[in-house]
Amino acid sequence: MTGAAEWRLRVEALDKTFTLHLQGGLRIPVLRGESLVVHAGECVALSGPSGAGKSTLLRCLAGTYGAGGGRILVRDPAGAVTDLAAADARTVAALRRNVIGYVSQFLRVIPRVPALDIVAEPMIARGMPKEAAREAAAVLMRRLNLPDRLHRLPPATFSGGEQQRVNLARGFGAGHPILLLDEPTASLDAGNRAVVIGLIAEAKARGAAIVGIFHDAEVRDAVADRHHPIRPLPDAA
Amino acid sequence: MSAPLLSAEGLTLRFGRVPALLGVSLDLFPGEVLAIVGESGSGKTTLLRVLSGQAAPQEGRVLYRGQDIAAMGEAALRRLLRSEWGYVHQNPRDGLRMSVSAGGNVGERLMAAGVRHYGRIRAAAREWLARVEIDPARMDDLPGTFSGGMQQRLQIARTLVTHPALVFMDEPTGGLDVSVQARLLDLIRGLVADLGLSVLLVTHDIAAARLLAGRILVMRRGEVVEQGLTERVLEDPQHPYTQLLVSSVLAA
Repeated sequence: MTGAAEWRLRVEALDKTFTLHLQGGLRIPVLRGESLVVHAGECVALSGPSGAGKSTLLRCLAGTYGAGGGRILVRDPAGAVTDLAAADARTVAALRRNVIGYVSQFLRVIPRVPALDIVAEPMIARGMPKEAAREAAAVLMRRLNLPDRLHRLPPATFSGGEQQRVNLARGFGAGHPILLLDEPTASLDAGNRAVVIGLIAEAKARGAAIVGIFHDAEVRDAVADRHHPIRPLPDAA
Repeated sequence: MSAPLLSAEGLTLRFGRVPALLGVSLDLFPGEVLAIVGESGSGKTTLLRVLSGQAAPQEGRVLYRGQDIAAMGEAALRRLLRSEWGYVHQNPRDGLRMSVSAGGNVGERLMAAGVRHYGRIRAAAREWLARVEIDPARMDDLPGTFSGGMQQRLQIARTLVTHPALVFMDEPTGGLDVSVQARLLDLIRGLVADLGLSVLLVTHDIAAARLLAGRILVMRRGEVVEQGLTERVLEDPQHPYTQLLVSSVLAA
C-alpha cells in the first residue's frame, strides 16, 4: 500500500436523462459521460452554472435518482466495492444507512417527531445504542447553536436556518465514510457557517470522502481541495 | 442477505374478464415495510387478500418462510393469522369485535394465542392501550363509544399484542381526518421500528408510503408497473403512471 489515500467513490461515464411522460415524452439529458474520483479525506466542490446538473449528480450519488448509464462505484471501509448504479433497492438502502450520508438542501419534516430524534435516527440505524445516539445528537445540536429547548420540539415550526442546522446535525452525526452536501450553508449566518466549516474539516480528518455544492465562496475556499466543473448539456433536439 | 419472509411468484387472478392481478411477484424481507400504492381498482386490496391467504390465485403461489401457503391447510393458516400474522383493516369495525370492551378486544387475541392468566391478560391490555395512546381508564368501554381514530388505534393494539412477525395493513389511515392520520402514521412508524415488524402496507396515500416504507411497489390494473426504493420511485419515477401519481400529490 502506498501512502496515498485510496478512493472511496468512483464515477465512470455516468449518464442521466429525465423523460417526462406527462409532457409528451420530453427527454431532458442532464449528465453525459460524467466521471469523478473522490479519495478518503478529500472534499470535491461541484462547480458550474445553475441548472448545469450539480444537484442531479449529487442525487445520483445518493441513490435518490437512478443512473441512466455508467457506474457509480462505492468502496466501503471494509474494502468491498458496490456499483450503486446497478444495485437493487435493498443494497442501495444498506449503502445509504452505512456508507453514504446525504445532507439535502431542505429538511423533510415529519409530524410529531422531535428534532433530537430526527438527528439521532441515522446514528441508531448505523448501530449506536439509543441513549448514546441521543446524547451525541444533543451535543452536535448545541454546537450548531440549537438550544436544548428546541430539541424536544418537532422542527415544523423552526426557521429555515434552524431546520437546515437540524439537517446538518443529522447528516454529520453518524460519521458516514462518504458525505454528500447540497448547499449546506445556504441559510446560515456567519457564526454557524464557521461551525459547518469545522464539521467538514473534522469529517475530512477522519477520512470521509466529501462531494459538495457550495455557493458560498468563503465556505468553498475553506473546505474544498479541488473543483469539479459540471457543464450544461445542449438541449436535446 | 437474509431470506425473504414472504414471497409471491406470478400471481394472477381474474374476476370474469377483469384482471385483478396479472403476474405479480414480490419479496418481503424481515424488518422491512413494503408499500403497495395505486388508485382504487388497481388490485392492491386483492393482492393483500391473496398474500394473506384469504383469496386463492388462479396462477402463481405465495410462500411464507419458504412454505407454500396453499399447501398449509385452513387450520394452519387460521393459526398463522391468530399468531405470527396480523391484519389491520381499513374499517376498524372489520377488525374489532364491537360488542366486546376495548380491553377485551386486546385480551381476546392474547387468549386465542394461548395466554390464560386473567390478571396478566388485563395488564397486557392496559399496557397496549397506553401504547396506542388510549387512556387505560376507558378499557371497559365498548369500541362503539370511541372516535374513528381511537378505534383504529385499538385495532392496532389488538393486532400487535401477540407480537406478530408480519402485519398486513389495508389503508390503515383511510377513513380518518388528516390531523388524526398524522398521529396514527407516527404511531405506526414508532411501533414498526420498536418491534422490528415486517409490514405490507396497501395505501393510496403517497405521503404515508414515503413516511413508513423503505420500498414501494406501484400497481395499475393488476400489474406492478414500477418498484424500488421509496425515495427513488417518488423522486425519479420512470413509468408514466407513477409520474402521474407523484405529480398529482399536493405539496403541503
